[in-house]
Amino acid sequence: MMEMILSIGIGVFAASGVWLILRPRTYQVIIGLSLISYAVNLFIFSMGRVRIDAPPILQPDVPGDPAALADPIPQALVLTAIVIGFAMTALFLVVLLAARGRTGTDHVDGREPE
Amino acid sequence: MSDGTLLLVALVLPFLGSLLAGFLPTHARNAAAVLAGSVSLVGVAIIVWLYAAVADDGPVRLWLAWLPMLGLDFTLRLDGLAWLFAILIFGIGALVVLYARYYMSPEDPVPRFFSFLLAFMGSMVGVVVSGNMVQLVFFWELTSLFSFLLIGYWHHTTAARDGARMALIVTASGGLCLLVGVLLLGRIVGSYDVDQILASGDLLRDSSLYVPALVLILLGAFTKSAQFPFHFWLPHAMAAPTPVSAYLHSATMVKAGIFLLMRLWPVMAGTDAWFYIVVPAGLITLLLGAFAAIFQQDLKGLLAYSTISHLGLITLLLGLGSPLAAVAAIFHTLNHAIFKASLFMAAGIIDHETGTRDLRKLSGLYRYMPFTATLAMVAAAAMAGVPLLNGFISKEMFFAEAVADHTGSLLDDSLPYWATLAGVFSVTYSLRFILGVFFGPPPVGLPHRPHEPAHWMRFPIELLVLICLLIGIVPGLTVGPVLATAVQGLLNATAPYYSLALWHGFTLPLLMSFIALAGGVVLYAALRRYLDSGIEGPPVLRELKGQRIFEKVLVTLSWQWARAAEAALGTRRLQPQMRIVVGLAVVAALAPFLAGGAVGTGTLPGTPVAPAFALLWAVGIACALSAAYQAKYHRFAALVLVGGSGLVTVITFIWLSAPDLAVTQLLVEIVTTVLLLLGLRWLPKRIENVYPNRPPLKVLIRRYADFTIACSLGGLMAFLSYCLMTRPLPESVSRFFVERAYSEGGGRNIVNVILVDFRGFDTMGEIVVLCLAALTVFALLRRFRPAPESIESPEQQRIQNAYDEAAPDRRPGDTATDDMLIPRLIMHWLFPVIAVLAVYLFMRGHDLPGGGFAAGITLSIAFVVQYMASGTRWVEDHLRVLPLRWMGLGLLTSAATGVGSWWFGYPFLTSHFQYVELPFIGKMPTASALLFDLGVFLLVVGATVLILIALAHQSLRSSRAAQAAEGGE
Repeated sequence: MMEMILSIGIGVFAASGVWLILRPRTYQVIIGLSLISYAVNLFIFSMGRVRIDAPPILQPDVPGDPAALADPIPQALVLTAIVIGFAMTALFLVVLLAARGRTGTDHVDGREPE
Repeated sequence: MSDGTLLLVALVLPFLGSLLAGFLPTHARNAAAVLAGSVSLVGVAIIVWLYAAVADDGPVRLWLAWLPMLGLDFTLRLDGLAWLFAILIFGIGALVVLYARYYMSPEDPVPRFFSFLLAFMGSMVGVVVSGNMVQLVFFWELTSLFSFLLIGYWHHTTAARDGARMALIVTASGGLCLLVGVLLLGRIVGSYDVDQILASGDLLRDSSLYVPALVLILLGAFTKSAQFPFHFWLPHAMAAPTPVSAYLHSATMVKAGIFLLMRLWPVMAGTDAWFYIVVPAGLITLLLGAFAAIFQQDLKGLLAYSTISHLGLITLLLGLGSPLAAVAAIFHTLNHAIFKASLFMAAGIIDHETGTRDLRKLSGLYRYMPFTATLAMVAAAAMAGVPLLNGFISKEMFFAEAVADHTGSLLDDSLPYWATLAGVFSVTYSLRFILGVFFGPPPVGLPHRPHEPAHWMRFPIELLVLICLLIGIVPGLTVGPVLATAVQGLLNATAPYYSLALWHGFTLPLLMSFIALAGGVVLYAALRRYLDSGIEGPPVLRELKGQRIFEKVLVTLSWQWARAAEAALGTRRLQPQMRIVVGLAVVAALAPFLAGGAVGTGTLPGTPVAPAFALLWAVGIACALSAAYQAKYHRFAALVLVGGSGLVTVITFIWLSAPDLAVTQLLVEIVTTVLLLLGLRWLPKRIENVYPNRPPLKVLIRRYADFTIACSLGGLMAFLSYCLMTRPLPESVSRFFVERAYSEGGGRNIVNVILVDFRGFDTMGEIVVLCLAALTVFALLRRFRPAPESIESPEQQRIQNAYDEAAPDRRPGDTATDDMLIPRLIMHWLFPVIAVLAVYLFMRGHDLPGGGFAAGITLSIAFVVQYMASGTRWVEDHLRVLPLRWMGLGLLTSAATGVGSWWFGYPFLTSHFQYVELPFIGKMPTASALLFDLGVFLLVVGATVLILIALAHQSLRSSRAAQAAEGGE
């Protein structure tokens, strides 16, 4: 079943991402956040259920039928999330670099553990 | 202009003046003084003009609806009582401004002083003319705020800062109590309107919420009017410039609490609760203040404690609950303001001309400044209650009320004795003030040689002392009508009979006055030796300092408890915090199952598996797991692997009917990869095998714990999404969008229509976030300092350059240029192709997958490709990309489209569309949403390019830094 595969995929992405954001190095955290973004985007997207060959695009001169098309709302939400996710990654990367320049370490706490 | 409007002008004018004064140059002392003086005089004129209306026709009102549903209106209401306070505020304000002009040093930023003073004046007027209790509390808090700023005016001294902070904390906390009290009051009465409240006395007093409301309101009044046990802030407020002490801390602000008690007196007074809270507080304050005043060594300290004592006297009078006592309270408020303001100004003159306020140093000043001395003596005599002066008459009334019977309790019966004792004290400290400062041997060791001040500095005192005398000698002619109007305003028609006269015959109060005068002289003589010993503070009570208790509480609350809380709950380490966050997410995801029992999967028949899809996800899962494994030591590999997971996501989107998401995700994937590649260079080298044998047990436990957390969260998320995906889709708001996308949004791509039309406001917010993120990146990178070991060129570049330098016919950088020759050519040619693709994606976005976001990122890729192919320098020599302008233009376009619909009378961002025939292209939808999308497009291009270029520029900067470092050696 496609649903089973997709949900296992979401779970693995999320687990890998969570493992990474719990790690001590900033680069691990940024990679982890990217993976979590995929997982969460797919999770939200999957709320519209698995639909194949039914993009939410209306055919000319055919009235819209919600049953015939994929749910557009999760898609609209995820589209926004993708762009915001990019902005967040960029911002986090720069904070990471600035912290590294200022503290001399890439540990998430700004100093090496004793 | 109507009377109500005039009142509004009187209220707004000081605030306008304050703004104006705030913009004057720092040394425009005279301009600021003239401005403040004119504002006060106009205020006086308006209030005087309104007198006839108030006296004849009752309160002047102005009503402006603000939030009528919440019972909040902007209401002004000037009755007799408010009139009296308003004239005090503006009148004494004008005199203080004149005085301050001479008092303030030209070195101080005087316009700022006047700006605060005017703002305070406006706030204080706001308190007395508010016709709505919530509005009154608002202005009340403003007075606390400006009092804080004025006390802290000389903020370079510790005393000013501490005094200001203490005053603010005490009075503003009281203000918060007052707010709650007023809200309770509004709840009982059903309205915040003063008229309504004044008409609901019985309802109020019978309510079960009466006592809580009373206590809270009294807390507000007592903190503001420095009643025991909150009196301690007032002496510390003396760190303010003396005009401020004269104005705020004797004549006006501290009377705000008194005003509030008077305002609510008709409806709240007369109960046992009122009597037994207000009378003791007033009595203790009266006695304690007077007693402490005797032993002060600081001239202003003496006056401050005397002010506390007089405020206690007025509170006590109000607490008695009889109308006559209330009349005496109003009258004494007026008298105290007049004589105490003049005394403060005299103290300021002494300080100004001698350089000290210390009573131990001051002596015999009469011979240097006889005129000022005479004025101060008259004012001090008024304070002591000497006949023929205003203080005598109101004190006489106080004594009469102390003698009169109110509740018949022990407290009531003992009042005459306490009152006489307080009278004795006040005579003693007045004597000390006069004899200590102006008489005795000539002073030695003063910082300045004393002399009379400038005439206009003394003028306010002359005027005030004259008023003291006039009221004291012919009270009926001078203050009689004004007092009658004020009493009328306070008591509302039930004004008792009272007689304002100097001579009432040989009565008990007169006897008390003489006992007080004689006793005061005797006490002064008896204490002479003790006072001359120069000990600061009163005996016995010296050790009991409100300030010390206050500071102890403050330290405990804001330092010790905060530290304890931080130590117990906080950490500076990120990982434990992340564990808590993730752990909470796990709990939140589990909660529905725990609460609702086991939930099985849904009933929806599963979609048959496509083998390719299974294979795809096998790859995706492998990528994610290996990325997680490699991210520590092999960053580049991890980046590639994450890109793999991203591509799997993209294909999933296409497969499952989300072309828009796929396009956007793919483009974002490209940009993110470039971004992270640019960042990799600045990260430190990782040393593998930190633990050569086996990691210590602690580390292992931590890893296993994290592994468990990660697996449980992943497992839960998988289970949750599977449960949901196998359930039928419920009816949702989606139907609305699907059915109306075309008919109302004019587009066939429903996702795009939702973004730019139905939910355009959300998208607007989103692009602002993007814009802010880009600007933050830009700002952070401007101050970027790379770690020292990252500054030198990358290894590969060094090898290439070394090779170039070794060859005679090559210049450094040639190898890199040659290697990139063919890709560079292709990439140059790609620019127009990608740009056209971007335009195509943009144009079709409303009907087919694409849109502003996708197009914007595409175009930014076109730019970035040029940077990658030819290097930053070459691109910027040939192409001027101004990302900030793109962003600004985009934001403006989107906002203007939204605002444009206002033009046609529709709500923000209402879309309009029609199809137009374009030559060569054909029929094309032109919705105003397209214009909005254009804004999105421009902003996305700008933001993305800004982020990437800012990061790319760091290499240039650090190579320059490296060259500079080499050149310097």
